[in-house]
Amino acid sequence: MKKTITVLPFILATLASGFASAKDVVNIYSFRQPFLIEPILNKFTEETGIETKVVFAKKGLIERMKREGKHTPADLVLTSNFSALLQLKNAQLTQPIQSEIVNKNIPAQFKDPDGNWIALTKRVRNVYSSKERMGALPELTYEELADPKYKGTLCTRSGKHPYNLGLVASMIAHHGEQETKTWLEGVKANLARKPQGNDRAQVKAIKEGLCDIALGNSYYFGKMMQDSKQKVWAESVFINFPNQTNRGSHINVSGVVLSKYTKHKANSLKLIEFMSGESAQKMYASLNMEYPVKSGVALSDMVASWGKFSEDAISLHKISENRTLALKLIDEVKFDL
Amino acid sequence: MHLSITRWQFVAWSAGIILTLPLIFLVFESLIPDPDVFDHLWNTVLWDYTYNTFVLIFGVLALSSLIALPLGWLIAYCDFPGKKQFEWALMLPLAMPTYIIAYVYTDLLDYAGPVQIWLRNTFNWQNPSDYWFFDIRTLPGAIVMIALVLYPYLYLIFKTALREQSFKLVQASQLMGYSARQSFFKVSLPLARGSIVAALALIAMEAMADFATVNYFAVSTLTTAVYDTWLGYYSLTAAAKISGIMLLFVFMFLSIEHFSRRNRVVHERGGVNNDAMLYKLSKYNGLLSTLFCCLVLLFAFFIPVSILVSYAVSYFDQAWNSEFFIYAWQSLKLAAIVSFICVALSLFVVFNQRLSTKSIDLIPGRMASMGYALPGTVLAIAVLLPLSLLDGAVNQFVGLFMEEPGLIFSGTLVAITLAYVVRFYAISQGTIEASFTRISPSLDMASRSMGKTPEQTLLKIHFPLLRRGMLTAALLIFIECMKELPAALLLRPFDFETLATHVFQYVSDEQLELASISALFIVLVGLLPLYFITSSMESAKFEEELTNE
Repeated sequence: MKKTITVLPFILATLASGFASAKDVVNIYSFRQPFLIEPILNKFTEETGIETKVVFAKKGLIERMKREGKHTPADLVLTSNFSALLQLKNAQLTQPIQSEIVNKNIPAQFKDPDGNWIALTKRVRNVYSSKERMGALPELTYEELADPKYKGTLCTRSGKHPYNLGLVASMIAHHGEQETKTWLEGVKANLARKPQGNDRAQVKAIKEGLCDIALGNSYYFGKMMQDSKQKVWAESVFINFPNQTNRGSHINVSGVVLSKYTKHKANSLKLIEFMSGESAQKMYASLNMEYPVKSGVALSDMVASWGKFSEDAISLHKISENRTLALKLIDEVKFDL
Repeated sequence: MHLSITRWQFVAWSAGIILTLPLIFLVFESLIPDPDVFDHLWNTVLWDYTYNTFVLIFGVLALSSLIALPLGWLIAYCDFPGKKQFEWALMLPLAMPTYIIAYVYTDLLDYAGPVQIWLRNTFNWQNPSDYWFFDIRTLPGAIVMIALVLYPYLYLIFKTALREQSFKLVQASQLMGYSARQSFFKVSLPLARGSIVAALALIAMEAMADFATVNYFAVSTLTTAVYDTWLGYYSLTAAAKISGIMLLFVFMFLSIEHFSRRNRVVHERGGVNNDAMLYKLSKYNGLLSTLFCCLVLLFAFFIPVSILVSYAVSYFDQAWNSEFFIYAWQSLKLAAIVSFICVALSLFVVFNQRLSTKSIDLIPGRMASMGYALPGTVLAIAVLLPLSLLDGAVNQFVGLFMEEPGLIFSGTLVAITLAYVVRFYAISQGTIEASFTRISPSLDMASRSMGKTPEQTLLKIHFPLLRRGMLTAALLIFIECMKELPAALLLRPFDFETLATHVFQYVSDEQLELASISALFIVLVGLLPLYFITSSMESAKFEEELTNE
């Protein structure tokens, strides 16, 4: 018993740690890995003296914010896809980002009409193809991925991953539910293996000859070119932009929202403005190989080398409306099983 | 006396209720009707998921038994080359998080991995259709991975039980002409049944709660369904319903565990342990035993660790981070606190079970143990439900007099600590309860008839006898805390990073190479208590001999 009494103060002191203190900071809940955004945040701190703190998780942050309610310590949320932006807005956890600078930097199609979210970067859902066995596929469409001529050659990550969900939702938006379901069944029939791994793993599988074509986001390709081990994987594939002959390639966005209950509003706005500005947008392009949303910002040499392409102009909202339906279809055709 | 029993009951029931609160909130959440999502799952994939979950659990149980039972028996009763080292080394795999071992083996055995590339180059095979090689990213693959890191539970608990059994019984069976095998099946196994089932229940729950491995291997289980419904369909209600189904399974495991122990009439007196071994192995069998231990260790520990080391060497510049020591210290502190709380609480709960004659007093321990099978992220949300209500109430009340204090529960380490305690309480409950049943009630009666109070009995009689069980529980919980990821990830306050959360930001991008050094740190920090406790168990042995005299 005596031991219990001596350790209690230690326990209490430890438990109380992490109790937020108000300073010149911006607290960020992030769905994006800290190492991806750290350089940009560091630059921000350097320029403004405002510190940033990040809690990173891939799952559950929105639920946490809901439960925390008005006491949430989060000032900003950084997301890696569009649905999360919309979910945050719908859960009424956001407030309009009112800033002339942001308005000037971000084109209208990349921000919420009410200003509750803005996109920071764009990424394309590409199709990689084996240089050796498939060659470049400049005229490929997403629809063709269900063509039996690709039987046993296709690899992808889980159909339920937000990136694939977004693509399937856009297919529903363009073709309707029934046609998309048939398409999904065709795609599943073409799979060389059960959906698994992330986008990098698909490129690796092409390199090793397990499959010839694979779905993958554009920036992974750039990131792999920078990695000594993965460079050979990336060099074994072409990066293709689907549907160039008609509507253009499916794009998704990463973005940011301002917490409804932020306690550091001025600082947070400064950070959002910074992230939408020239230098941060350039860093996104050069470090993470993403497409900046601010017009006029130069692409990195590598991203530029992939060539110009046309984007599917359908609104992100329209895609997002079909997200749940997309998930249901994926369950119905047992895409991942 | 009546008053003091009530005091025990009070503590035990409070602990039971507090640890069950998150689950109760989750059950309430599941009662909100949400037929759309649940029906859809029911009609499409839920049966596949349930089937996979069952295969996973029973596969892991079977494989862990195949590995751990022979090991436990060999170590407890036999002598063979290297036995002293193996005794503790066989615990090493416990320090290896499943998400790391799964990652490492995929890298190694995948089609694109060095093993298959080597095979293709050697035999001049061109493509997958030229040869057959098992696919690691499958349900059987997941079973092997999980069993490799969970078998130490069974090994440790079984070995301890064998040591605590009276050697005389085994010696008697020898005199009656039983072979080693007969004695193992007819004496050692039945006597240790309670401990074995307790360990298996832990393993089953842990396997069921696993998300990282099955997700990485693209195997869909009920845990997957929980995540899909919650994060895909945005329905916490449907997710809570599926969690409810899982909790039913847990209740089943726990009841089976309890039932198996209830039938035992014999309370062993505890054996006089000496270094004279019960079985002399022939040279051939001795070498075979050594080989078996080596193989298990090789696959469950040394291969993954050496791959981590090779990552660490080739990616050192990108992977090194001077903040590791801070992360390590934070992880360590948290793990120590959680172990302490769990062990202390289960002492109260189990002692109350012992004092009470009513079976209703079994409920707190059962209830509090159920959190073990909840997937970490779901548990995290479940913990937030009551804590945020509490925070709201506190703020409203304090706000009347002064500035609102903010999230003093859900926004601090209280949340993670509670989540960990809820999750790992089952380990200490199981282990300590098993140790308690081995103490004969006649000792209690003797103590009480000599006028000692229940408190004195606990302190003077039980405490020393339970030392080994308590240490075992603390050790297991400590290591689990070091590895635990999802709850920490979701509940941590700003400026708090554990080794596991640090590793995760890279693993989530399939870039373990960049986190290899911190992954090694997790293993290393896990090894410290392993060493400490194994050696203190050795010295505890001596004292126990004295108490048994």
